[in-house]
Amino acid sequence: MLEFLQNIPWDAIVIQTVNGIVTGMILALIASGLTLIFGIMDVVNFAHGELFMFGAYMGVVVITATGSFWLALVLATLIVALIGAGLQITTLRPLLGRDPLTTILATFGISLVMQNYALWQFGPVARKIPEPFTGQFTLFYLEYPWYRVLIAVLSGAIIGGFWLFLKYGTYGIWIRATTQDRVMAQAMGIPVPWVHTGVFAIGAGMAAASGVLFGPLVGVNHAMGLDWVLKAFIVVVVGGMGSLGGSIAASIFISLLEAYAAIWVSPAQAVIVSFVVLILTLLFRPTGLFVPTPK
Amino acid sequence: MSKRPTIIYWTGFSIVLALLIVAPLVLPEFWRRFVTEILIWGLLAMSSDILIGYTGMVSFGHSAFFGLGMYGAAAALLMVRPPNLWLAIAYGLVGSAAVSAFVAYFSTRMRDIYFAITTLIFSQIFYVIIFTWTEVTGGENGLSFRRPPLAIPGLYSAPFTSETLHWFVLAIVTASYLILRRITRSPFGMVLQSIRENEARTRAIGYPVERYKIVSVMLSGLFAGLAGVLYAIQNRFAAPDFVYFLVSGETVIFNVIGGIGTLVGPIAGAAFFLLLREAFSRFFTEFYLIPVGIIFIAIVIFMPQGLLGFARRWLNR
Repeated sequence: MLEFLQNIPWDAIVIQTVNGIVTGMILALIASGLTLIFGIMDVVNFAHGELFMFGAYMGVVVITATGSFWLALVLATLIVALIGAGLQITTLRPLLGRDPLTTILATFGISLVMQNYALWQFGPVARKIPEPFTGQFTLFYLEYPWYRVLIAVLSGAIIGGFWLFLKYGTYGIWIRATTQDRVMAQAMGIPVPWVHTGVFAIGAGMAAASGVLFGPLVGVNHAMGLDWVLKAFIVVVVGGMGSLGGSIAASIFISLLEAYAAIWVSPAQAVIVSFVVLILTLLFRPTGLFVPTPK
Repeated sequence: MSKRPTIIYWTGFSIVLALLIVAPLVLPEFWRRFVTEILIWGLLAMSSDILIGYTGMVSFGHSAFFGLGMYGAAAALLMVRPPNLWLAIAYGLVGSAAVSAFVAYFSTRMRDIYFAITTLIFSQIFYVIIFTWTEVTGGENGLSFRRPPLAIPGLYSAPFTSETLHWFVLAIVTASYLILRRITRSPFGMVLQSIRENEARTRAIGYPVERYKIVSVMLSGLFAGLAGVLYAIQNRFAAPDFVYFLVSGETVIFNVIGGIGTLVGPIAGAAFFLLLREAFSRFFTEFYLIPVGIIFIAIVIFMPQGLLGFARRWLNR
């Protein structure tokens, strides 16, 4: 028993815990937009990963133009939010009231178009977003960049701000009202179609912000959204469809598990852990791990 | 139920079949291959129509069944000497049947959108396994092998030419179509359609809905696997790209473009999509998916019935 405990690579576990929380926070930022869009309008947004990827590219464009990372973060978020609003008005609004499955098809079409547009505009070579600052601290044998910690903090701040907005802002209250009962909200004078557009724009903006934040860690390329949207789907199902808190908890839970698994197997295989979590969730608790048991 | 529509239907069927039989004799090599490919993708799309159009479950995981069919055929062709066509088909079907049984068991617990996402994620599981398990599957490079001869054991054996390959594929696709058509019109198929129309009521009447759903996913997976075997034989390789979920997405696109719930619609959809791709890739090179995607979105919004949707009742008569 003692020998087993000694064989556990504690330093690696601490490092992977930090790593897992960082990716978990980015994932939470993406997934909370996705789950919100699902919760309010029954739209499974296949194009969410592409909005994330577009955000990263907008970040690249603004940084090359102005040189400021923070300006890039803000502008990319706003631009992609506008793009999201445009997409919602042109493609999803006509589908309102139809089978929710048609929205999967429409957003899948959008994702194909956006991905190939990015490939066409920016080419297949990955772009790099420079880190806004390069400080590091020592974590066992690693020089751990402060920037990664900052990502987690910023993602947390954006999600927190968004939560406060939902809780206390007038428009936030509109959003929650529409989630609860679309028809009743409409009867109360809430412009429901515009709430939908707004939510889609917010979700798109949050995906874009996480794209810019995540850009410095990996190269920005046209296919980067695919992995993330799949992960976000897993998170949204495991966390309970449409539940914001559930998605955030599930993001961190799954990212931590994957990070720990990566100690022993290659990162590509560590993905299987999240698949296993998903299967177990579907088997034993199909409504989601982190939501109260439905009556 | 008058006799006339039936006569018109079989006349139409024979004309299309005759055209497809003659096609390789008159078309140049490139288009001959193209028509064969349309038939194979059409078979894949048709198999997923069983789920989308008849049982009312949109599967985003057909690439797993298709891919396992491919890898199953590859296993038979690489391990058994001399390569045997029928063994390749058998291995492919066993592979896709095993995978579809696994996927069906878990995913049929979910409904609507959840089913779509679950099947999508399952297909990604197989993608990751195939992509990372390099020793067995060849990883990113996939496996390549020689094409087996067209042989009837003990009677006849000749290497495939592009004509005989086309006829072979056509025979299998036609047989699959007739079998699937028979199945969808059988009492079993009627239960599937009643699940699509009203699941709760079907359950209340006393049908074991879950069991029917599992069987329909497996049936669909089996024919998707058959399409995978044919594709592997045509192209002489199996690659992880074909297990990736974009293939499943294209399968759904074929269905929606062609018209779900018609069986032939998806084949027409595959033909339309591949022709569009061919036409646009002349102007847009590899960015053909931009205009194709826009056309697809327009079809989803303005033409939810698809190209052949108007004839749905008639085709199912």
